[in-house]
Amino acid sequence: MLSSMNALLRRDLRLAVRHGGESLMPLIFLFAVIILVPLGVGPGPNLLASIAPGMVWVAALLASLLALEQLFRPDLEDGTLEQWWIGPGSPAALVVTRLFSHWLITGVPVIVFAPLAAEMLYLPDSALPTLMLSLLIGTPILSLVGGLASALTLGTNRGSVLLSILVFPMVVPVLIFATGGVAAAAEGLSASAHMGLLTALLILAVTLVPLATTAALRLNIE
Amino acid sequence: MGWTLQLMRILIETSQATFSRAGEAVFEPIDLSVAGGRALVVRGANGAGKTTLLRLLAGILRPSAGQVKRHAPVAFLGHLAAFKGELSCRENLDFRRRFSGTGSGMSNSRALARVGLAGLGLRPARTLSAGQKRRLGLAGLLVAPAAVWLLDEPYASLDDDGCTLVDTLLADQIGRDGSVILSTHQRQPELEASPEVLVVQRHAQGG
Repeated sequence: MLSSMNALLRRDLRLAVRHGGESLMPLIFLFAVIILVPLGVGPGPNLLASIAPGMVWVAALLASLLALEQLFRPDLEDGTLEQWWIGPGSPAALVVTRLFSHWLITGVPVIVFAPLAAEMLYLPDSALPTLMLSLLIGTPILSLVGGLASALTLGTNRGSVLLSILVFPMVVPVLIFATGGVAAAAEGLSASAHMGLLTALLILAVTLVPLATTAALRLNIE
Repeated sequence: MGWTLQLMRILIETSQATFSRAGEAVFEPIDLSVAGGRALVVRGANGAGKTTLLRLLAGILRPSAGQVKRHAPVAFLGHLAAFKGELSCRENLDFRRRFSGTGSGMSNSRALARVGLAGLGLRPARTLSAGQKRRLGLAGLLVAPAAVWLLDEPYASLDDDGCTLVDTLLADQIGRDGSVILSTHQRQPELEASPEVLVVQRHAQGG
């Protein structure tokens, strides 16, 4: 089973590298938001510092959403998906692997470049660790929730509108707790309550989403 | 006695298995059992449920009634060969080998040569013709060996030479005491011992 998961992960990353430009989209999104928004709202440090967490988070959300349409569809269309149910690997483990690679491709680049983005937006240094922590806990939730929505809309032709409608309400709490925590840290308050709730959401998503996603995929190949 | 037991080892069997789509059974319940070293040809009209039966046997679908028992690893080759067009033939085969977790298959170059794709290992799979893609699918069976082959229309889009190749591969698989279940409506496999035939009957629709 580990060998199947390993093979799938390696192939997903190889395909991401081969697609090149598409895989850079999360970063392009992040920096498009960070460069363009100050042009619109004005470059005042105080204003930017107060909206910085929200901007980084919205960029992370859009970057994650962008790749969701293609999360399972190519595999459904070329017959790879049905192979998940044959052979030694458990489908749920392969679903987890696929979501993990989605996170590596869309979440990790945003996390890695978040300090630079925070610096560009005058986020107080005291809030940076909380921003990083919130991204570390929160971006996997985006991948998990998005994966479930992606599996549910697989049967609909061009389901991206439906996909967004499904994802947005489910990620609202993530956005609220993450940005609330960073704002609290910027004011010198403790963010542990926010991060605790975020972690609870992550645990909930990690336990429920793989099973639900596997069931949704199964319906689509039948 | 050892060889008798070996010969009679059932690799895959069903009892009264059927599959329902939207509450309607697709085909009449099926009983079958295929032992190592045997082949079974699935026949039936268009829409009778040949593909559904093979997917049921592979484990992609769950029977809505009855049972399907797999006693050995299976490989399923359908209309979609499950290859990524962006990756080269070799990378696709590497993936197939690792994904199935069987370590004892043929090397890529041997498998490609066997199916008549020698020298095309570095070509992206999307540049292959329909027939070449089918051949790559067959190579996939060679690099990741499974005791039971489930082949859905293996002769489709292959030339005469390719059809002969399928027959040879089938004979090899049977010679290794593996089993083959294939659906076909064009050509009958030419094998030493003529395979059993199962006719899938579409379920009688009420109204």
